[in-house]
Amino acid sequence: MSGLYETQRAMRNMRKAAMQRGVIAVLDVGTSKVACLVLRFDGNDRAMDLDGVGPLAGQSGFRVIGAATTRSRGVKFGEIDAIQETERAIRTALQAAQKMADVRVDHVMTCFSGANPRSYGLAGEVDLESGPVSEGDIARVLAGADVPDYGQGREVLHAQPVNFAVDHRSGYGDPRGQIGNRLAADLHMLTIDAHVIQNILYCVKRCDLELAGLASSAYVSGVSSLVEDEQELGSACVDLGGGSTGISVFIKKHMIYADAVRLGGDHVTGDVSVGLQVPWQTAERIKTLHGGVVATGMDDREMIETAGETGDWEHDRRQVSRAELIGIMRPRVEEILEEVRARLDAAGFESLPGQKIVLTGGGSQIPGLDGLASRILGQQVRLGRPMRVQGLPQAATGPGFSSAVGLSLFAANPQDEYWDFDVPTETYPARSLRRAVRWFKDNW
Amino acid sequence: MNDFPSGPVFDPALHGRARPHQPERPRTQEEMEAENQARIQARIQARIQAHIETHGHLQPAFQPAAAPRRADPAPSRMAYRMQRLSLTPLFRGFLRLGVPAIAAIGVGMFVLNNDDAREIINTQVESLRNAFEERPEFMVQAMSIDGASEKVSADIRVILPLDFPLTSFDMDLEDMRRQITELAPVASASLQVRDAGILQIDVIERVPAVVWRGPEGVFLLDADGVRIRELLARAERPDLPLVTGVAAAEAVPEARRLMAVAAPLEQRLRGLVRVGARRWDVVFDRDQRVMLPADDPVSALQRVMALHHAQDLLERDITTIDMRIAERPTLRLAQGAKEELQRIRAMMSE
Repeated sequence: MSGLYETQRAMRNMRKAAMQRGVIAVLDVGTSKVACLVLRFDGNDRAMDLDGVGPLAGQSGFRVIGAATTRSRGVKFGEIDAIQETERAIRTALQAAQKMADVRVDHVMTCFSGANPRSYGLAGEVDLESGPVSEGDIARVLAGADVPDYGQGREVLHAQPVNFAVDHRSGYGDPRGQIGNRLAADLHMLTIDAHVIQNILYCVKRCDLELAGLASSAYVSGVSSLVEDEQELGSACVDLGGGSTGISVFIKKHMIYADAVRLGGDHVTGDVSVGLQVPWQTAERIKTLHGGVVATGMDDREMIETAGETGDWEHDRRQVSRAELIGIMRPRVEEILEEVRARLDAAGFESLPGQKIVLTGGGSQIPGLDGLASRILGQQVRLGRPMRVQGLPQAATGPGFSSAVGLSLFAANPQDEYWDFDVPTETYPARSLRRAVRWFKDNW
Repeated sequence: MNDFPSGPVFDPALHGRARPHQPERPRTQEEMEAENQARIQARIQARIQAHIETHGHLQPAFQPAAAPRRADPAPSRMAYRMQRLSLTPLFRGFLRLGVPAIAAIGVGMFVLNNDDAREIINTQVESLRNAFEERPEFMVQAMSIDGASEKVSADIRVILPLDFPLTSFDMDLEDMRRQITELAPVASASLQVRDAGILQIDVIERVPAVVWRGPEGVFLLDADGVRIRELLARAERPDLPLVTGVAAAEAVPEARRLMAVAAPLEQRLRGLVRVGARRWDVVFDRDQRVMLPADDPVSALQRVMALHHAQDLLERDITTIDMRIAERPTLRLAQGAKEELQRIRAMMSE
């Protein structure tokens, strides 16, 4: 993991530089929209950062001063497909956000949902030399974790220590200062396709920005839409996006699993478009205005005009009942939820103490989705909206912005990652330098 | 499909696949239709004619309608960069301050490069300045000199050739004050432009304290030994004591103290002589002379005065009382007194 270590560390330094400047942009590159928030860090609660998370989950330290969203272009399944197009979309969003913020942004953190995320649980164990656990010991145990072969052409996006154990006492979030003989750590590692990162980097570079961090959108929407006890007791966040549906499982305030289903709201729109024989834009409009997943008798009588400009009078003046529309949408939504269910089952979600499932993302706004989801995913389903952050415009408070908001929380209070710890001394020339110094001391 | 046929109830067109049914219209409507068509045709002909007149040719009747191409909502890379540049604080500061400053300097240089323009500007500025300075509230009409004798005030009027009325901006009061105080009889002067346009000069003159007779003539000195003016004769100020001798002027304060001690004999005091720029001789009439030491001459003179008081020393026939050595005061008798003393001594010895 050493090559990755360097790039991720470089990104962390960028983030630090951005904090010093006090301005950072977060960019959510989605399949249906590109959202950009510009954050200003006042630095008024730096002192509180030292002891866990500050008040208001650490979000009191920043303020959203610019927000813009634009239709996404060239993104498919949460991955950049046409780089030039995506770059234009990113540029549009960034320009509008910068204009609103009236400040130039140089650093950007970004998240995306696709790229075939895959979760790995890693375990490491190390003998403690003496005395209490130090930061160096943590670095050693993390470095000693047995990394599986995650395949060619994939990169590690997150590698977060989720649990520490000293001897047989497990469940430490922070083992520093504990005394014991052996230190064990569990890591959660998330890998994604490397070419997606390359594309993102290219787009960001073309926009004259520095990338200050990358995150999985499933993870950050969990950060923003799960409340604290849900994160603590175990829950899953299902981010129903445009091109892919992200799943992240949290327990003890750590993400332990993330996955993505390559199905999303765009597929529902596609079904509507095909089923009603209307253009994509019309289908999208009909879906958002009249869509639903539970049909009632009333819906048979509610007729929806399918406007068109083909010139064929009859074709352009058709009407469909809402029940028909629901009949088209529901199977696809069910399919998505079934797929999510399968992924959660594969991850062993049922063994968690908490079984809460939170639906968020733009797709979660389908009326009646919570009822359908509770039939498929279990009883404890709720619809989640992102946490409120200061200065966020009303238009950006919907569930579609949960990953953008979560990314700004992530920017303010990043989770410790593997690369946040110093390189263990064994692999670092400092040790030989120290030995040389000792030699000098001994001999003179 | 909403428009249900309004024609006969049984319509063969309704059988088979439902097609939009055109209801039969009355003939009058058809006629109106035809009229409409004719009017439209005429209008089209007229427009074609107008087109030919303006353009000289006729374009194809049917042009493929250009699809309304929507502009890309994304900013171009250049526009994006320009916007970022315009948000850069340094650049904004430069735009706000630097560019106007450069423009102003440029315009200024361009204008000043032209001699005529510079001339015009100068005269304009000058005339504005004059107009302001010559407002009545700044004009000085007269000069009033207080505290100076007639001669001194005449002198002041001579050395300050002011041409009233005059604006106060043209008067350098400090310089004028310096000129006035350079006059010998003036100790200090203060000038102010009073309201009602009067230049008020308050002069404090030097007070004559002694008359000094030197190689260049007879002068009046004040208490500090500064020359006030030359006298034609000592007799001009008989009320003041006379001092002479080299560097006497520097020791006028001491001379005044000695004179104060010698005040009881004022009638007989002829003057003080500075000897060797070092010490004083007090000269009384009958050529009597008291030679005082350089150090502490006042107490020496006080001793002499005490002797005089007790024994009428200076009334006797003595030419010189030498007090230069305090331990050994010496009297020099006049010729007659000496002979008389010798006679008395001889008599005594007999």
